[in-house]
Amino acid sequence: MVLMKMKFPAEKRVRLAQGLWLLSWTATMAGALTFCLGCLLKTELRRRAEVMDNTEIHCVPHTLMVVGIASLGINYFAGRICQDALDPGRFPRWKGFLNPYFKVSLFFTSLMLLAVIMSYAMKGSLEASLKIGLKNGIRFYKDTDTPGRCFQKQTIDRLQMEFQCCGNTDFRDWFEVQWISNRYLDFSTKEVKDRIKSNVDGRYLVDSVPFSCCNPSSPRPCIQDQLTNNSAHYNYEHQTEELNIFVHGCRETLVKYYMGLMNTIGAVVLSVFLVQGSVLVSLRYLQTSMEAVAGQENAEIETEGYLLEKSVKETVMEYLDPVLKIIMPNQVASSDEGAEAGNPAS
Amino acid sequence: MALMPIKFDLPKRVKLAQGLWLLYWVSVMAGIMIFSLGLFFKIELRKRSEMMDNDESHFVPNLLILVGLIACGANAFGGKVCHDSLDPAKFPKWKPMVKPYLIFCCFFNVLLLVTALFCFLVQFSIYFALAEGLKNGIKFYKDTDTPGRCFMKRTLDMTQIEFRCCGNNNFRDWFEVQWISNRYLDFSNDEVKDRVMSNVEGKFLMDSVPFSCCNPGSPRPCIQHHLTNNSAHYDYDHRIEELNIWTRGCREALVAYYGGMLNTIGALVVAVVVLESADMAGLKYLTTSLETMADPENPESESEGWLLEKGVKETFSDLMEKLKSMGKGNQVEEGEAAATTS
Repeated sequence: MVLMKMKFPAEKRVRLAQGLWLLSWTATMAGALTFCLGCLLKTELRRRAEVMDNTEIHCVPHTLMVVGIASLGINYFAGRICQDALDPGRFPRWKGFLNPYFKVSLFFTSLMLLAVIMSYAMKGSLEASLKIGLKNGIRFYKDTDTPGRCFQKQTIDRLQMEFQCCGNTDFRDWFEVQWISNRYLDFSTKEVKDRIKSNVDGRYLVDSVPFSCCNPSSPRPCIQDQLTNNSAHYNYEHQTEELNIFVHGCRETLVKYYMGLMNTIGAVVLSVFLVQGSVLVSLRYLQTSMEAVAGQENAEIETEGYLLEKSVKETVMEYLDPVLKIIMPNQVASSDEGAEAGNPAS
Repeated sequence: MALMPIKFDLPKRVKLAQGLWLLYWVSVMAGIMIFSLGLFFKIELRKRSEMMDNDESHFVPNLLILVGLIACGANAFGGKVCHDSLDPAKFPKWKPMVKPYLIFCCFFNVLLLVTALFCFLVQFSIYFALAEGLKNGIKFYKDTDTPGRCFMKRTLDMTQIEFRCCGNNNFRDWFEVQWISNRYLDFSNDEVKDRVMSNVEGKFLMDSVPFSCCNPGSPRPCIQHHLTNNSAHYDYDHRIEELNIWTRGCREALVAYYGGMLNTIGALVVAVVVLESADMAGLKYLTTSLETMADPENPESESEGWLLEKGVKETFSDLMEKLKSMGKGNQVEEGEAAATTS
């Protein structure tokens, strides 16, 4: 029972080959586009690599790049095959090549779909990575004299200004770390000494935020210090004040940014997947309909094309049988023995 | 004595026509590029028009857009003429249009050179517009409740952050204006009252700058207030401190930005002039070689092409005489009319 049989008169075969040639060129462009999108995503992820703890999320752009290059190869061969398909002299040389070609192409095409699914599934991993990275960034903000961490301040400041966010979860994260280095604290003043003594770990904690949290859209000059003290500033109430500093946390903002980027890329890759799938389906029909012509005297006869020679279940069983034989040899052997023992008896 | 004559046989003519057709299409792309650059410059001017007091002149970008469109059209026409030139059936309809087209291209090249000159000269006008605009911007920074000026604070803050600059000439411009609105000053406070009364015009002036002047590259948290008072901050000397706030003025930063853009555009326009001249020379050679074929019926015959029929001096003197005779034409008529009436 063949799967999705279709009749192909000679003219339809010619049109199929021509359409496939055009489609393969479109799919080549689409494959190049996928590769470029993968590169774009990787560049964007690398730009903010300093606030990410691990690079697990990079598997999505890597997959896209691999798929893009693979689809260039797949579509190049598809174009060559369909050019030779209508020539009965040249088509037979592709015979041995086509079956493994289809298996490899199916693998890479399904990888495209996998990349899109991964980009949604890895949201949690991205968020966890950003949580740790930002926490470290805020902790090491003051260490501008420590080699390896001296640019942490600049990175966090630029990040907060560009993405219009403050802190990890929100601005209160700055209240929990000492972000002013001891080099710039005057330990001879009473205020500094009191604050440090009142803290268990001897840290200088203030209810202030760095200048990069300031919102330029605020109608009043930025209030950075003593944020929770209403009486320190004229006509200020921190519970109702909204525009003074950025209210969103950087983790939330960055996750939204990257998910938006991956959603757009995912939509484009899905359409590329459809194009690529149609190339493979058309090529399969062309192959099966041309194989029926081989050996016939009249090349203009009508032939049948199909996707699978047997039904889906039978084809899957055909592939799984050797695997099952290796996994469960005892069962097969015992059923054989039982049959042999049964036969002489009967 | 023709200027720079070259002999052409059929394959050479074909190669010239094909090469010229390609060159014309490259020129069309160049025209599109000038159009897009004009559009880009116009958008950039409008983006920062608040910094220039909404007073800036859009003459140069409009001229670039116009010139780009004309270049596209003229070069597409030239390409069409080239394409038809080797077909003896189609070429005769274009033949009478070639001379006026070449004269038009001459004037167009002059226009392109004038455009390039304007690109270089408009930088002065931008300098003065920015000086005035930034001065007003700093003055109206605090007026976030006045309609028409409520976004000046945001615009100026974003400009200082983006261009890494502070103030008009430098950060001291902020010391001379009151940039904190009275709405946020506690007039019951002694310090505020003292400061306001000590100023002749009753302005609240401080040696402080807005947060947007802060340099993220500074190793220490930003010092915005009491900038000239060394004792107000621990381990701080305002004379040697370099990384705390941006030291450059915004006028200098914006002029450098626009200057770079305009210099690039001017250089590209000059390159397009060279390209157009090459187009004109090629077309002249092609049309003259087609006209001087020894045997018009036989496409394989040899011919000669040149840039000018006579030498430069002779062509110039011919042109002068033609102009004089056009002027004299009126005088001769008047003389005749006088002779007939008298």
